[in-house]
Amino acid sequence: MSIEISEVNRNTKLLIDGVPFAVEDVNFVKPGKGRAIYRIRMRNLFDGVAKEITYHSGDRVEEVSIVAHDMQYLYEEGDHRVFMDTESYEQHPVSKDLLGNKAQFLKESMIVSAVMMGTRIIGVDLPKFVELKVVESAVSTRTDTVTAQMKAVRVETGATVNVPTFVKEGDTLKIDTRTGTYVERVTKK
Amino acid sequence: MSRSETLRLKQIKANLERRAIILDGIRAFFKKEGFLEVETPLLVPQAAPEQFIAPFTVNGWFLSTSPEMHMKRLLAAGYGSVFQITHCFRKGERGQLHNPEFAMLEWYRVDADYQQIIDDTERLVQAVAGDLGPGTTISYQGQDIDLARPWPRTTVSKAFRKSADWDPVLRLDPERFDLDLVDKVMPGFSNNRPTVLMDYPAANASMARLKPGDRKVAERAEVFIGGLELANAYTELTDAAELEKRFRKVIEETGDGEGHRPMPRRFLKAMADLPACGGIALGVDRLVMLLCDAASIDEVVAFPRELA
Repeated sequence: MSIEISEVNRNTKLLIDGVPFAVEDVNFVKPGKGRAIYRIRMRNLFDGVAKEITYHSGDRVEEVSIVAHDMQYLYEEGDHRVFMDTESYEQHPVSKDLLGNKAQFLKESMIVSAVMMGTRIIGVDLPKFVELKVVESAVSTRTDTVTAQMKAVRVETGATVNVPTFVKEGDTLKIDTRTGTYVERVTKK
Repeated sequence: MSRSETLRLKQIKANLERRAIILDGIRAFFKKEGFLEVETPLLVPQAAPEQFIAPFTVNGWFLSTSPEMHMKRLLAAGYGSVFQITHCFRKGERGQLHNPEFAMLEWYRVDADYQQIIDDTERLVQAVAGDLGPGTTISYQGQDIDLARPWPRTTVSKAFRKSADWDPVLRLDPERFDLDLVDKVMPGFSNNRPTVLMDYPAANASMARLKPGDRKVAERAEVFIGGLELANAYTELTDAAELEKRFRKVIEETGDGEGHRPMPRRFLKAMADLPACGGIALGVDRLVMLLCDAASIDEVVAFPRELA
């Protein structure tokens, strides 16, 4: 929807060349008799990069509706993961590229927050912490350093996590999905 | 009353007390100078046609964007020098230095030009600051500012050539003018002294007279202190035909849509009798900000828009 630049505020989401931006700050400057100048600081919702654009009174911008919906993860299908809106029961495939590293912590029936622009999912936020079962307790990786205190294990979703050496197969672990790191052991086998 | 409102109003109470002293100081100054205090309507049938000032409309009427036209009608009737402290309403103006409803001090001195009006301004600000503390130096946002008169003066031509590398008086680029004024020219002003920016390009004259002998510039001056645009002065244009021409240009540019302004006929008719005079509009909230060391207009107004 096209709106006047004067209507933009800190809650507005803008669509610029097909890319959604979240407005973070509006700096209004106006010489008494002159044109109003709006310096809009905004963040690209795709890559997180912030930028500032200067507008003048009368300029029009494209507002876009961006809302988060609770969705349940259903299954994997080719290059996509399929989610279901918990209110409308509509199913939405999401590409693995969009999910990135988060995909490795997705467990069937997990509820996530899907950020939607119109009918399109542009981002998926997992719960901050997930509880996952260890399925393989001694994984050798080339990148992870095995130290005296830490080792790598594989959890039920396929992700590899560095954990203390006391963790065993069948244990349930609490994992921080933002960093992919081990937080604590929830249950012992 | 909500806790946050109580807290906020307590926090700004000292500023609002200073504000009351400043208002008293302004009235005392003009009384001593022999000015008549007047009042003009806020709900008006016409707002002055200004390209970048948008009025609020109320049932086909307007909220006043400036008391200028009514004050000039009083001047035309022979009232002599007049002043007024009133509220003005300008749609869409909201920011750290703007509230859509704000307080304006406006005065007109008969038989004066913009130089004398700037002289009035220097004496007024010095007098009002003097009511709040000794000496002529104030501290604003970490800078000491010496208000002692006379204030340094520069011209639009000089200031733009120094800070923005072009001269708007030779050839005006209206798009660039306001942006460069804000981004380049204003930051080039002294942090420790007020600046009077004089002689605007003729195209930016608004209701100012063109300079006799140099019609490329208008006798218009703006006062800047501590990064705040404080006031805008004119030697008032008394030529009704020229004024109508300028209004017509604005009316054509702003179009018939929502921004449509009717031609202010009563005002134009009175202009035939306007005596030679100079006038100025000074943002009272900004003056209070300056004298309260407040960074935002919200610190000197009890109920800004979002909290009204």
